[in-house]
Amino acid sequence: MLNFEAFLDLPLIWYGLIMTALILYVILDGFDLGVGILFPFAPTDQCRDRMMNSIAPFWDGNETWLVLAGGGLFAAFPLAYAILMPALYIPVIVMLLGLIFRGVAFEFRFKAHGKSRRIWDYAFHFGSLTATFMQGVILGAVVQGITVEGRQFAGGAFDWIDAYSVMVGVALIFGYALLGGTWLVMKTDGETQRWARQSASYVLGYVGLFIAVVSVSMPVMNTDVRALWFSLPNFFFLLPVPLLTAVFFGIIWRDLHRGNEYRPFIISIGVFLLSYLGLGISLWPWIVPTAVTFRDAAAAPESQSLLLVGITVMLPVVLGYTAYCYYIFRGKASHETAY
Amino acid sequence: MFENLDPVLLARIQFAFTVSFHIIFPAFTIGLASWLAVLEWRWLRTGNQIYADIYRMWVKIFAVAFGMGVVSGVVLSFQFGTNWSEFADRTGNVLGPLLGYEVLTAFFLEASFLGVMLFGWNRVSPRMHFASTVIVAVGTLVSAFWILSANSWMQTPQGFRVGEDGLFYPTDWLAVIFNPSFPYRLAHMTIAAYLTTAFVVAGVASFYLWRGRHLKQARIMLGMAMIMAIFVAPTQLVIGDLHGLNTLEHQPAKVAAMEGLWETQRGAPMTLFAWPDQEAETNHWALEIPKLTSLILTHDLDGEVRGLKEWPRDERPPVAWVFWCFRIMVGIGMLMILTGAIALVLHFKKRLFDTRWFQYWCMALAPSGFIAVLAGWFVTEIGRQPYVVYGILRTSDMVSPVAASSIAISLTAFVITYAFIFGAGTYYIFHLINKGPVSDEEAYGAHGVQKPPIVTELVAGEGGGHA
Ligand code: HDD
Ligand code: HEM
Ligand code: HEM
Repeated sequence: MLNFEAFLDLPLIWYGLIMTALILYVILDGFDLGVGILFPFAPTDQCRDRMMNSIAPFWDGNETWLVLAGGGLFAAFPLAYAILMPALYIPVIVMLLGLIFRGVAFEFRFKAHGKSRRIWDYAFHFGSLTATFMQGVILGAVVQGITVEGRQFAGGAFDWIDAYSVMVGVALIFGYALLGGTWLVMKTDGETQRWARQSASYVLGYVGLFIAVVSVSMPVMNTDVRALWFSLPNFFFLLPVPLLTAVFFGIIWRDLHRGNEYRPFIISIGVFLLSYLGLGISLWPWIVPTAVTFRDAAAAPESQSLLLVGITVMLPVVLGYTAYCYYIFRGKASHETAY
Repeated sequence: MFENLDPVLLARIQFAFTVSFHIIFPAFTIGLASWLAVLEWRWLRTGNQIYADIYRMWVKIFAVAFGMGVVSGVVLSFQFGTNWSEFADRTGNVLGPLLGYEVLTAFFLEASFLGVMLFGWNRVSPRMHFASTVIVAVGTLVSAFWILSANSWMQTPQGFRVGEDGLFYPTDWLAVIFNPSFPYRLAHMTIAAYLTTAFVVAGVASFYLWRGRHLKQARIMLGMAMIMAIFVAPTQLVIGDLHGLNTLEHQPAKVAAMEGLWETQRGAPMTLFAWPDQEAETNHWALEIPKLTSLILTHDLDGEVRGLKEWPRDERPPVAWVFWCFRIMVGIGMLMILTGAIALVLHFKKRLFDTRWFQYWCMALAPSGFIAVLAGWFVTEIGRQPYVVYGILRTSDMVSPVAASSIAISLTAFVITYAFIFGAGTYYIFHLINKGPVSDEEAYGAHGVQKPPIVTELVAGEGGGHA
C-alpha cells in the first residue's frame, strides 16, 4: 500500500494544507461575501449590477475552497471533523442556509425583473451577512475550546454562542467588507469606485479596532497564549506580526484616499494573512482546542498518503486554471454584460 | 417540546431530504452539460446558427440548475459530520480520500470553467469556449465517478480492515474504489442522467411543436432526444438487469424486498402489484406471474430465490418502500423504451414532428426521469437498511451527539428554504422555456458593439438602454 509515513511527517503536512485551504477560502470567498455585505449600501442599481458582475464568474470557484477545507478535514483529520461538526451544528447549518440564499441569487437575480429582483438583492445581502457572521462565530467558538469526552463532542447545543464569539462574528463582517470594498476599488471605476473607496476606508477603522481587541483579549483569556507570546525570546520573534499589521493599515488608508487601485486589495489580503498567522501561532498544535491535537486527529497514514498524491498533482493545476480564469475576466466590470 | 422525537429518525429524514433534493439537479446537469457540449460542437462544425440558438437557450437553464446543484451539494459535504459524526469518525480513513479526490478533480474544474462557459463569450476564442463546455461536462462525470464510488463502497464494502479501535483502515485502494457494485452503479446513474435530460428536452420541444413555435429548433431538440430514447433507454434496461443480478450476489435481502418475496422458494413468481405487510410478513392483494422472478434472477424457471424470512426481522429493510419504488423506476424505464419505439415508428411514417398525441405524451413524460432517479435511489438506499456500511455499521449507531430539537429545527429550516428556492428556480426555468430560443437578430438588436462569437442575451442594466 501507498504509504509515505516513513519519510514524511504526514500529519504536519496535512495540517499545513488544511490551513492553507482555509485561508484561501477566507480570502477568496471573503471578498465576494464582502461585496454581498456592502451590496445594499451602493448608491444606484447600476452600481449593484456592476458589483454583481465583478464576482459572478468567480464565486462558485471561491466557495469550492470551503468544500475542500471541509472535505479535506474529513479526509485527513476525520476525528476533528466528527467532533467539530456536531459541536458547531447550529452555526454550520445557518451558515449553509446563508450560502444557499446568496448562491442562488447570482442566477436568479439576472433572470428576475422588476420588483422580484429586489427579493434576490436581499437574499444576496442577508445570505452573505449571515454566512459571514456564522463563520466568525465558529472561529470565536473554536478558539475558546470545545468540550470533548472520548472521541465525541460532549457539550451542549448552544456552547458556541457567547459575547466573544458574537464579537468575532461582527469583526469578520467588517473584515470581509474590507476585502469586498477594496476588490471593488480594483474592479470598478467611476461612481462605484468612488463609493467603494469611501466604504472601504469607513470599514477599515472598525477592522483595526477589532484586530486590536482580539489581539489583546486572546492572551488575557488564555494563559497558554500569553506564555507563548510574552516569553523571551518568542516576544522578539513574534513582534514583527503586529508591527507589520500596523504598517499595512497605514498603506491601505493612504491608497484609499490617494489613488492606487490595486494595492488596497493586495494589502488587505496581507492583513488577513498576518492575522491568520497570529491566530495559527496561538492555536498551535490544537485542531480541536484544547482537546485534540492535529496529530491525535490524523487519519491513517495510508489515507493521508493517497490524498497527498492527489493534492500535490492537482493543487498546482487548480491554482493554475483559477489564475487563468481571473486573467480572462481581468479589467473593470461593467454593469451590462451578463450572459 | 422535542423530547420524544428520535434523533436517529430525524437525522435520517434530514439526510434523505437534502440528498434527494440535491440529486434532482445533478441528474439534470450531468446530462445537460454533455448535451451542450454536443450542441456547441455541431455548431462549430456546421456553422448552423440553429445549434447556437438552442445552446444559448439551454445554457441559461443549465446555469440555474447548476447553481441549485452547487448550493445543495455544499450542504451535503457537511452533513456527514453534522448528522453522522460517528460514521465520519469510523469510515473517514476510507471515504475521506474519495471525497477529497472529488473536490480536487471535479468540483474545482466545474466551478472555474462554468464561469468561462457563462461569461466568457466575448473574452475567449470559440475553441476555448467549446473547451470550457467540454471541461464542465467532463467535470460532472468525474464528480459522479467519485461520489458513486464512495456510495458503492458503502453498499459493497471491501479493501479495508476494521481495527481494534473500531475504525476502518484501508488495505487496498483499488479494491475500495472499484468495489463490486461500482461499475454498475456508475453506468446506471450516468445513463439515468442522460435519459432524464433527454426527456426534459423532448417535453420542451413537444411544447413548442404543439404551440407551433420555434419549429426549426424544436425539431432538432426532439430528434436528438428521441435518439437517446431509442438507443439508450433499452441499454438502461440491460444495465439495470445486470445491476440487479450483482445486488442479488451482494445484498440478497434488498433484492427480496424489491421482489416482495417473503418465502425462500423454487420457481418464485414475479409480483406485479401487492401491498407488502412488514408485520404480517406477507403481501396483500398480490398479482403474480408464476416463475418469472426465478427466471430473471437465476435464468432458470425453477431456480431458488431467497425470501425475506431468511433474515431476522431487525435485518430486513422497509419492504413496501423498496418494492414500490422499484416498480415506479422500472415502470418509467419501460415507458421510456416505449417512447423510443413509438418515435421510431413515427419517424418512418414521417409523422414524428406533427403527431398531436405524441406531443402530449412527451410533455407528460418530461419529469419522468427525475421521478425514476429518485425512486431508484430510494430502492438502493432504503434497501440497504438497517446498515449504512452494508453488513458492518448500523445506521442507528452512527448518529451525531446532537439534540433532537436542533435537528428538528434545522430540518424545518431546510424544508422551508428548499421549498422557496426550488419554487423560484422552477419558476425561472419555466420562464426561460416559455421564452424559448431567441435568434440572433432579436437578441442583438441594434447594438453597435462588435458581434461576439455566440451572441448572448444582454441583460439590461437599468438606464443602460438595452432591450
Ligand atoms: C451522480 C451524481 C452525484 C451524486 C450521487 C451526488 N452528487 Fe454532488 N454534485 C454532482 C453530482 C453528484 C455534480 C453533477 O457534480 C454537481 C451537481 C451540480 C453541480 O454543480 O455539480 C454536484 C455538486 C456538489 C457539490 C458542490 C460542488 C461545488 O462547489 O461546485 C458538493 C459539495 C457535492 N455535490 C457533494 C455531494 C455529496 C456529499 C453527495 C452525497 C451524499 C453528492 N454530492 C451526491
Ligand atoms: C444522490 C442520490 C441519493 C439519494 C436520493 C439518496 C437517498 C437516501 C435516502 C432516501 C436515505 C434514507 C434511507 C433510510 O434511512 O431509510 C439515504 C441514506 C443514506 N445515504 Fe443516500 N442517497 C443518495 C446518494 C448517496 C450518496 C452518494 C452517499 C454517500 C456517498 C449516500 C450516503 C447515505 C448515508 C450515509 C445514508 C445513511 C443515513 C440514513 O440512513 O439516512 N447517499 N440516502
Ligand atoms: C428499465 C429497467 C430498469 C431496471 C431493471 C433497473 C434496475 C435497477 C436496480 C436493480 C437498482 C438497484 C441497485 C441496487 O442498489 O442494488 C436500480 C437503481 C437505480 N436506478 Fe434503475 N433500473 C431501470 C430503469 C431506470 C431508469 C429509467 C432510471 C432513471 C432514469 C433509473 C435510475 C436508477 C437510479 C438513479 C438508481 C440508484 C443508483 C444505483 O444504485 O444505481 N433506473 N435500478
